[in-house]
Amino acid sequence: MPDLPTEPGLAASPLAEATPRPKIAIRGLVKSFGPKRVLRGLDLDLPEGRSLVVIGGSGTGKSVLIKCVLGIVTPDAGSIRVDGEELVGASRSTLDEARKKFGMLFQGAALFDSLPVWENVAFGLLARRLVDRKTARERAIATLAKVGLGPEAADLYPAELSGGMQKRVGLARAIAAEPEILFFDEPTTGLDPIMADVINELIRGLVSELGATALSITHDMASVRKIAHRVAMLYEGKIIWEGPVERLDDSGNPYVDQFVHGRAQGPIKVGVERNG
Amino acid sequence: MNLLAAIGRATLALLATVGGVVLFALRAVASGLTGRLYWRQIGRQMLEMGYFSLPVVGLTAIFTGMVLALQSYTGFSRFEAQNAIPTIVVLSMTRELGPVLAGLMVAGRVGASIAAELGTMRVTEQIDALTTLATDPLRYLVFPRLLAGTLMLPTLVLVADVIGVMGGFLVSVYKLGFGPIEYINRSFEFLETQDVVSGLVKAAVFGFLLTLMGCYHGYRSRGGAQGVGAATTRAVVSASILILIANYFVTELFFAR
Repeated sequence: MPDLPTEPGLAASPLAEATPRPKIAIRGLVKSFGPKRVLRGLDLDLPEGRSLVVIGGSGTGKSVLIKCVLGIVTPDAGSIRVDGEELVGASRSTLDEARKKFGMLFQGAALFDSLPVWENVAFGLLARRLVDRKTARERAIATLAKVGLGPEAADLYPAELSGGMQKRVGLARAIAAEPEILFFDEPTTGLDPIMADVINELIRGLVSELGATALSITHDMASVRKIAHRVAMLYEGKIIWEGPVERLDDSGNPYVDQFVHGRAQGPIKVGVERNG
Repeated sequence: MNLLAAIGRATLALLATVGGVVLFALRAVASGLTGRLYWRQIGRQMLEMGYFSLPVVGLTAIFTGMVLALQSYTGFSRFEAQNAIPTIVVLSMTRELGPVLAGLMVAGRVGASIAAELGTMRVTEQIDALTTLATDPLRYLVFPRLLAGTLMLPTLVLVADVIGVMGGFLVSVYKLGFGPIEYINRSFEFLETQDVVSGLVKAAVFGFLLTLMGCYHGYRSRGGAQGVGAATTRAVVSASILILIANYFVTELFFAR
């Protein structure tokens, strides 16, 4: 990853490794849906200016983790601090202030069907009244250019776009307000390998350009290797391994090994385990 | 014992739903009254609910007025009371049939559309996306619809009243042999302001209820296309039932002695 800063070195204990101060610090995060315990005391630090990717099987709670940080899902217990500000149990205004630092690319892009592309991209700017509509449109077109879309896309509606274009517009919407923290939920799901690589390149370039902190969740290993500085593995509601992306192939963790190499045999029992 | 348990469970579920709807409505109204108003959204919803509902409401009203005149004539002629037809038509339309039929028609058209739209936005994470963009979905999506429904249904009912009376006029004059001036004079002879106002108040209540049901069921939709379909059905059925129940209480409020 030539355009991203590399890790200073490998530490004996990944969690104790000397890294920049955490932009997001998560401690003891618990979330259940009825009898299903999805997150079971999860601890995670997201160092400032780094890109951390959380991997894990389907249904292990990756999306729930990201939605807890975004304030879309309310945790049952635990702490989420963004720049030292506690978000769990915080007031709506505190949450909204924190969200102004966020940009999010959803798995299905989640573009607003009723709005043209440029209004989707500029939605955050317009909603927060940062600019007037004319300036917002200009900013949207400039942002679309950053994700490789021309001004002719600005007046199209989401239904008129291909899956790859929708992801690009979603990406443009996520970065339009130049957020400090970017979240990516399965950014390459549903895309062909070439388009997936294009999206990965865009994510890598944009995170680097903005100097943002990024938290992604995916089970696409090609994506992990492309966009991550650090990787954390979520299993049974907890982070069971965390380390630099360079250590992914020799993590020494059998769960990580099984997941990274996509083996059916190993400690992770697919279809038997009823983990979250 | 099992029967009691079943009744208890159903009662608790009903109370939980009523509580959920009331809380949802209070939060949505509070969000709209205490923060920024999205005028563009409000305007769009008013256009959608008002202007685009005119054909269906107008058609319903004109045929209702026509049938009312025809039915009244066949019944009242037995008692030599045909002269009461204009009064019957105008009072029935303004007090009862205008608001109730318009409410039910708009519940089918707009309530279903709201539930489907918000339900789709829910399952495709568009509502979550609004939250991440520091925008309150209740203020942006729900309040404009509630306001538009509450304001536009009375407007539609006013138009329906006029069209319905015109339907009765057409049948009475061209089929039943009434004189046009005589019909119009008799229409307004016993009409009081309260008759029209009660219909408009009913319409405002129905407009609020039908949009609330559309928003509530759509907003809480789960489980993909099937969930959206179920939410749409629930929205229309619950709105229709609530309109009929509310109709009784508003009528009692205005006319009970």
